[in-house]
Amino acid sequence: MRIGVITFPGSLDDVDAARAVRLAGGDPISLWHADHDLKDVDAVVLPGGFSYGDYLRAGAIAARAPLMQDVVDRAKQGMPVLGICNGFQVLCEAGLLPGALTRNSHLHFRNRDQVLQVERADTSWTHAYETGQRIVIPVKNGEGRYVAADADLDRLEGEGRVVFRYVGGNPNGSSRDIAGVTGADGRVVGLMPHPEHAIEDLTGPSTDGLGFFTSVLKAVVSA
Amino acid sequence: MSRVVVDVVLKPEISDPQGQAVLGALGRLGHDSITSVRQGKHFVLEVDGTPDEAELKQIAETLLANPVIEDVELHLPTD
Repeated sequence: MRIGVITFPGSLDDVDAARAVRLAGGDPISLWHADHDLKDVDAVVLPGGFSYGDYLRAGAIAARAPLMQDVVDRAKQGMPVLGICNGFQVLCEAGLLPGALTRNSHLHFRNRDQVLQVERADTSWTHAYETGQRIVIPVKNGEGRYVAADADLDRLEGEGRVVFRYVGGNPNGSSRDIAGVTGADGRVVGLMPHPEHAIEDLTGPSTDGLGFFTSVLKAVVSA
Repeated sequence: MSRVVVDVVLKPEISDPQGQAVLGALGRLGHDSITSVRQGKHFVLEVDGTPDEAELKQIAETLLANPVIEDVELHLPTD
């Protein structure tokens, strides 16, 4: 199973994301933002970091990179896509996910282990969990406050598009404690916290993040 | 060559912690008459020839601003 990991100029967590794919049993495939080549991957991960220095807005310039047009086209045909942190910002800027991420309400960079509640265990990236399950994975961001107009938030919640919520304190002032959302078909998921940093006891607060990557391997097989 | 200005600011319903931090500083400096600050971005574009309003509007609304959370104003040369 070929899982692509895109590297943009300024990506930081592409190597960790590729490692997570490998530990889950998949083949990580490195993709370069400036190529128009998805290399026949079955799914794509957009990793964390500061693509293009986060100039203009976080994720804004990366969302217009050549490879992103291919990602958008394939996502609309059902390819699973996961955006982590900066990758979530890119997916929102690219219009694949609703809402936007902006400056943390307290204006501080926040880096800690975070409890999340799984609200949707039926997306391509969350099958390994159960609805209502709580997991602990790191969060680290300065522009992670999820925002949208109130009417849009009402609609998203009504449609069950919230995949994760922060529990035990909201690290960035996100509206309604939203940590992650999904697209209409449950195949595109974005979240601010970092599952790829919670895949081994040696380096993470838990191994709770591994389920993202085992989930998509099963989702791709059954598709 | 002409000059086009684009101003971008967060929509009123989106809270602006940067503006609030500036407002707090103003209060500490004794400027009590200032009741609100909204911080935004100001782009100055140099354009060859006559600016194409439709093209500039598209640039402003699809790249310079994120219409999900920001309002944008385009200022074309008035000569």
